[in-house]
Amino acid sequence: MSALVPAMELSGVSVNFGSVKALQDIDIKVYPGEVHCLLGDNGAGKSTLIKVLSGVHRPSRGQILVDGRPVAFRNPREAQAMGVATVFQDLGMIPLMSITRNFFLGREPTRSSLPFSRMDKERANSVAKQAMADIGIDVRDPTQAVGTLSGGERQSVAIARAVHFGAKVLILDEPTSALGVHQAAMVLKFIIEARMRGLAVIFISHNIHHAYPVGDTFTLLNRGRNRGTYAKSDISRDEVVSIMSGGEDLKVVEAEIEALLASIAAQRPAAAL
Amino acid sequence: MTAVEQQVPDLTSQENRFGIKPKRAGGADERLAAANWFTKLLRRPEAGAAGGLVATIVIFALLPGAANLYSLQGAMTFLTLSAELGIIATATALLIIAGEFDLSIGSMIGFAGVVIGLTVRELGFPLWGGIASAFAVAVLVGYLNGLIVVRTRLPSFIVTLASLFILRGLSIAITRAVTGRTQIPYILDDVPDPATAGLFNGHVFTGFFRWMAAQGWIAARSDGIPFVTGIPASIVWWLAITAAAGYVLTQTRYGNWIFATGGDQEVARNVGVPVGRVKISLFICTACAATLLATIQVMEAGSADTTRGLLKEFEAIIAAVIGGVLLTGGYGTVYGVLFGSLIFGLVQMGIFYTGIDTDWFKVFLGLVILAAVLVNTYIRTKALGGGRSR
Ligand SMILES: Nc1ncnc2c1ncn2[C@@H]1O[C@H](COP(=O)(O)OP(=O)(O)OP(=O)(O)O)[C@@H](O)[C@H]1O
Ligand SMILES: [Mg+2]
Repeated sequence: MSALVPAMELSGVSVNFGSVKALQDIDIKVYPGEVHCLLGDNGAGKSTLIKVLSGVHRPSRGQILVDGRPVAFRNPREAQAMGVATVFQDLGMIPLMSITRNFFLGREPTRSSLPFSRMDKERANSVAKQAMADIGIDVRDPTQAVGTLSGGERQSVAIARAVHFGAKVLILDEPTSALGVHQAAMVLKFIIEARMRGLAVIFISHNIHHAYPVGDTFTLLNRGRNRGTYAKSDISRDEVVSIMSGGEDLKVVEAEIEALLASIAAQRPAAAL
Repeated sequence: MTAVEQQVPDLTSQENRFGIKPKRAGGADERLAAANWFTKLLRRPEAGAAGGLVATIVIFALLPGAANLYSLQGAMTFLTLSAELGIIATATALLIIAGEFDLSIGSMIGFAGVVIGLTVRELGFPLWGGIASAFAVAVLVGYLNGLIVVRTRLPSFIVTLASLFILRGLSIAITRAVTGRTQIPYILDDVPDPATAGLFNGHVFTGFFRWMAAQGWIAARSDGIPFVTGIPASIVWWLAITAAAGYVLTQTRYGNWIFATGGDQEVARNVGVPVGRVKISLFICTACAATLLATIQVMEAGSADTTRGLLKEFEAIIAAVIGGVLLTGGYGTVYGVLFGSLIFGLVQMGIFYTGIDTDWFKVFLGLVILAAVLVNTYIRTKALGGGRSR
């Protein structure tokens, strides 16, 4: 794998928002045919990192490389044009617009290449409906406003869209957080399929049952810094869990919860008197 | 529990046990309540404006002066008023749907007239050259408005309020400095160019109207020329612009971008919509619409006046809101604006013909705005399926 050129690479990237140092000196390489999991506590900088890769934020320092060549994305559209498809944590949906219009937003299929050529709505509707069916959501009506969908359905639209358009790099920022059992399993299947097709996948999840089985490589972010990248063979499931919780020993927290529950149970009979 | 024992779960028996319909079972979707055509019609964003138009037509039909208002001549008068408003209201609506306002269009109307007047009268431009100069200035003004809004992220309300004063001030100051007055008369007189002027002040279907007069169907003077010689060019421009804008908004990718930009500009940008370009191009559209209206008015009057277009920006916004465009952006139609402009023209002329003191027009206008905004909010929640919260 090391002989390969990374599909995408960040080299010495820092991102500042005013005085907030969201990312500091990040180096990360994402290879084709690899699922790269980003791990880290809330606020570690995961979303900021993938927004740099998606062209939303421009790095304050450092470089982005695509296929080994430096690039400077001026906006997300340019990142998309290089084959980067992203499911953002806030999903990137316009509530008042229909499923289909959201699905194809920014990449509308037109009947010809003339400036004001008509959108191919029939094709768009059927593609959107099919893509949603593939993920396990049976869409009632693709012209329904996204604002009326359930949280999981909305997440599924965003994932179906990224999977449909992802050409080189597929980025998923906590895509499974609102999904049902079946839909989450479908998303994991999609991730594996995308990897087999040779895409580089970047996957952010706080759920060990989702991240560990599909991940090939794990990068640990903590307080805006890269604390190391590990192949799956070099890191155990328990270590991943402890990284995900920001180094906090879960056993301690669990013991605290146990104690709390026990004290509540002890008070119950007293309260009943 | 046969389903558990089998390797491949048998969906039909699961359905029996839990009452679950397998995914992709096909058939009509039982979760969709069949909406009848009337409900569907009511859910359209222009429904409120269409209803309002019908109500307005009926009310004025019952009031005195209806015969005059609904005569051919009366109708042409209010349709012309509607057309002149509709031209700028349509462009304004597109901009509001994209989440921005342009308060400078009223001043742009005056400024464009001044540009035509001064280039033709003082610089000796041919008429078409003067009109082309006005449109070039409009493109520049719209571009600057848009660029400042996009770059600074200031509210367009403030940015274009500044342009409102700058353009009006420039119109008056330049005209007074050059001519010593605030009006520029005789624009069409020195080098007459009826072909160019006719594009803006002419009439279409004149043959048809003469023929109808010959048949005795419409009123005509003693020499056989009908009082209404044809449909004014302004109405043709209005309908053409409405049709074009309606097509662009609902059928093209650019229209999709307009909705998305107004819906949530950060999201739109993140999924690859060129938000800045969309906004700047729409500011250019509003400035050009104002210039088209100015050209029509200058061609009809033969003169330019620095005070033309006063408060027109608010009339345009009102027509758009009556037409069902959401003031917060992201939602609306162009056909609703057509109805909104019709209501506006009809009421303005209707109040004149009924003999009601025209001062009441403003009171009425205020009430209509309030009603329109309430109806819009109601329809928006309907569009989102009747939910109270967003
Ligand atoms: N636009 C911004 N302006 C200022 N600070 C920001 C901005 N975006 C992110 N930050 C800060 O940068 C840090 C990293 O945020 P980020 O969203 O990348 O975290 P995360 O790892 O994705 O967390 P989570 O797991 O909660 O999604 C946070 O402390 C956040 O407050
Ligand atoms: Mg995040």
